Amino acid sequence: MSGDGTSLAIAFAITLGISAAVVGLAGAVVWSGLGPEERATIVAIVAPRIGLLIFVVLLGIGVASVALQPAIRSRLTDARRLAEEAHIMLTANPEYRIQPAGSGGLRELGAVLNEFAGRVHELREEVDAKIEDARASIEEERNRLAALMSELTQGVLVCNREGRILLYNERARQLFAGGETSVATLVGLGRSIFAVIDRNLVGHGLDTLAQRLAQGDPHPVAHFLTTTQGGQLLRVHMAPVRGLAHLEDGDSPEQMEVTGFVLTLDDVTRAVEDDARRDRVLHSLTEGSRASLANIRAAVESLLDYGDMDEAQRSRFLAVIADESRALSERLDRTMHDHADSLKTRWPLENVLGADLVGAAQRRIEARIAMRIELGEVDPTMRLEADSFSLTQALTYLASRLKSDLGVREARIRLSRSGRHAELDLVWRGAPPSAAPLQAWEDEPMRAGGDESPLSVKDVVDRHAGEVWHHIDRAGSTSYFRILIPAASAGSLPARRAAAALTSRPEYYDFDLFHQPGQTEDVDARPLSALAYTVFDTETTGLDPSKGDEIISIGAVRIVNGRLLRHEVYEQLVDPRRPIGSESVAIHGITAEMLAGQPTIDRVLPAFHEFAADTVLVAHNAAFDMRFLQLKEKATGVQFTQPVLDTLLLSEVLHPNQQLHQLEAIAERLGINVVGRHTALGDAIVTAEVLLRMLPLLAERGIRTLREARDASQRTYYARIKY
Amino acid sequence: MAHKILIADDEPNIVLSLEFLMKREGYEVHVAENGDDALARVAEVMPDLVLLDVMLPRRSGYDVCQQIRANPDWRGVKVLMLTAKGRDTEMQKGLALGADAYITKPFATKELVARVKQLLGEPT
Repeated sequence: MSGDGTSLAIAFAITLGISAAVVGLAGAVVWSGLGPEERATIVAIVAPRIGLLIFVVLLGIGVASVALQPAIRSRLTDARRLAEEAHIMLTANPEYRIQPAGSGGLRELGAVLNEFAGRVHELREEVDAKIEDARASIEEERNRLAALMSELTQGVLVCNREGRILLYNERARQLFAGGETSVATLVGLGRSIFAVIDRNLVGHGLDTLAQRLAQGDPHPVAHFLTTTQGGQLLRVHMAPVRGLAHLEDGDSPEQMEVTGFVLTLDDVTRAVEDDARRDRVLHSLTEGSRASLANIRAAVESLLDYGDMDEAQRSRFLAVIADESRALSERLDRTMHDHADSLKTRWPLENVLGADLVGAAQRRIEARIAMRIELGEVDPTMRLEADSFSLTQALTYLASRLKSDLGVREARIRLSRSGRHAELDLVWRGAPPSAAPLQAWEDEPMRAGGDESPLSVKDVVDRHAGEVWHHIDRAGSTSYFRILIPAASAGSLPARRAAAALTSRPEYYDFDLFHQPGQTEDVDARPLSALAYTVFDTETTGLDPSKGDEIISIGAVRIVNGRLLRHEVYEQLVDPRRPIGSESVAIHGITAEMLAGQPTIDRVLPAFHEFAADTVLVAHNAAFDMRFLQLKEKATGVQFTQPVLDTLLLSEVLHPNQQLHQLEAIAERLGINVVGRHTALGDAIVTAEVLLRMLPLLAERGIRTLREARDASQRTYYARIKY
Repeated sequence: MAHKILIADDEPNIVLSLEFLMKREGYEVHVAENGDDALARVAEVMPDLVLLDVMLPRRSGYDVCQQIRANPDWRGVKVLMLTAKGRDTEMQKGLALGADAYITKPFATKELVARVKQLLGEPT
């Protein structure tokens, strides 16, 4: 406000000066136009009253400036208001507009400022929209990638140069799924590939790639074989990832530096076993038959060429022939019986639900050739080893021939089990055609409803190692085609995918890990947001491990690069080898029956240790859980030496004036939905969400690195409580 | 009166043995070399049993079997199918189409003779 005073004073002084000058000038002009007598007269009149005159003039000037002052002040206020309003538009509310007020000039200025603001606002919205578009399209591409990956039957892993996993698919995870106690898996974002594939193999592959790159091969690949912990044999295809980190215009792909590698994994266990079995079959049929045939041939040719041999000799030769031919027959039968599967022609068959196949055939026939199809008895549980498309085509073709050749308008499909086989029947009312055209239906290429296939019904059925024929049911005056194909054995059921994977988008990739430095940096100095965490919780038989209380359940989830990985979880019940108190059953609901047959802690902790390798451990009231783990160190030989964060202490750091620091209270404070509490995994997930919400709040308080978080935790009240 | 056997097979080498065996067992033997011929011979001689190979020229053994079963006059004709393949779906198909028994090549001659006698209701 002192600025206002000053400018008013200056304005007043200027006004005063101008008024004085005007009066002085007027006086001077009048004075110069007067004659000497007139001047003398005026001097005579004025001289005695000069004080009064000056007073009146000053008074006039003063009155004038006081009268002008509101106008001057209002002008200045208008300008200030304009500036304030412009400031609002610039900072607080880009949609605010200046209200027209004040003199013409200020109004114009206001209008121009409004227009400026409008244009800036439009521009900003345009830029925002473009950014949003780009973000959405990246998100969409990532989702597409994730979807594609999850559908692949091959395992895929992408790693950075240090061997950290940046992307994997469900298949890769399954291939490396460990032994009995490992519900956990060794494959996860940010984990080391060397936990599952020998470092030397990968190193050798990278050397091969580097060598091929140096030789100018634009698409170098390397191959190697490796075995999993489960004993499967994997064929690994390795290709380099180039330049993702520092891609610049003008860099040709050849010049780009190798920043990582892609591994594609094929489980060749079965193929290799099948090949070996086929080899054995071939061997027993060729080498094994050779000796018998030689014996028979030698005996027969001796008999023929030496007709004069005596009777005893002749019967010895005949005995040889009888012996050897019987042995040959038996070997053939045995081989066929034992190895029928490996001798089948390879045709990609999938395990399908019979009812699905029948439904598909019904829809296809009704749509393609407008024939009504009823469903007869269909075994709802039956599964087939089938190429469902070609079988559907075969049924459609047979139906179309029924319609065109016999005028059949409606038919029925049924499916039933007969021993190890499935009977798939197409039934119609009336007689079958005569034999010759029927043969043609089975042997000619299938053409029906706009479909053409080079295959015949017989080809399709042969590929299923099946048979097809037709039958007349005289009692019901109906006929049917029966396709007999092998039913799927229960053992070949496809592996069920985890239910979670179907309900939400998998978090199987994190290319930001490309930019992560190696693991050499001091963990303490790294920002909290860039660390990998294992957030865990335990359920126990009671509160005092030193008095014999034991862990009965461990649940854990991982956070990598600030993302909660709901697909990388660890959950394991533990047999405590002691009774569980009813009061603790009331809390966690785990009963003795549920724990019977579960692994004991000495087998569980090594697996959990593996799951938590290379991460910061996090728990709510971590001291409690860590005490249980530490008391088992001797028994299990596993030490948890990694850094630990406690969400209880961090909550105390953030909200020292709050009374409640239980998990529920914190979750509620931070706006987290609490579901599935009091299971180890459920609590671990809630704790992980709590930690994620806390990280930005900690950053606001200047707590950014692991060391800062631990130091702050140690200073809190709760840190002094001992268990 | 001796039972009549029709041998339907296009391989002379096995026909030689089959014919010899059946004659030595005292049956009246007829031979057909393809599917059409087989049906004609059935109509002509009304055999008590047909030794029917699956892989016949012109008309498959399955077809012949089905035609025999489709004719009520031939209800009494027994059918013993012979095959060189031996897939169990094949066997199921043969039995479904009305064959009385199914034997895979190579077979023991004693076994074949026993099955024939059994089908004809003779003591083995």
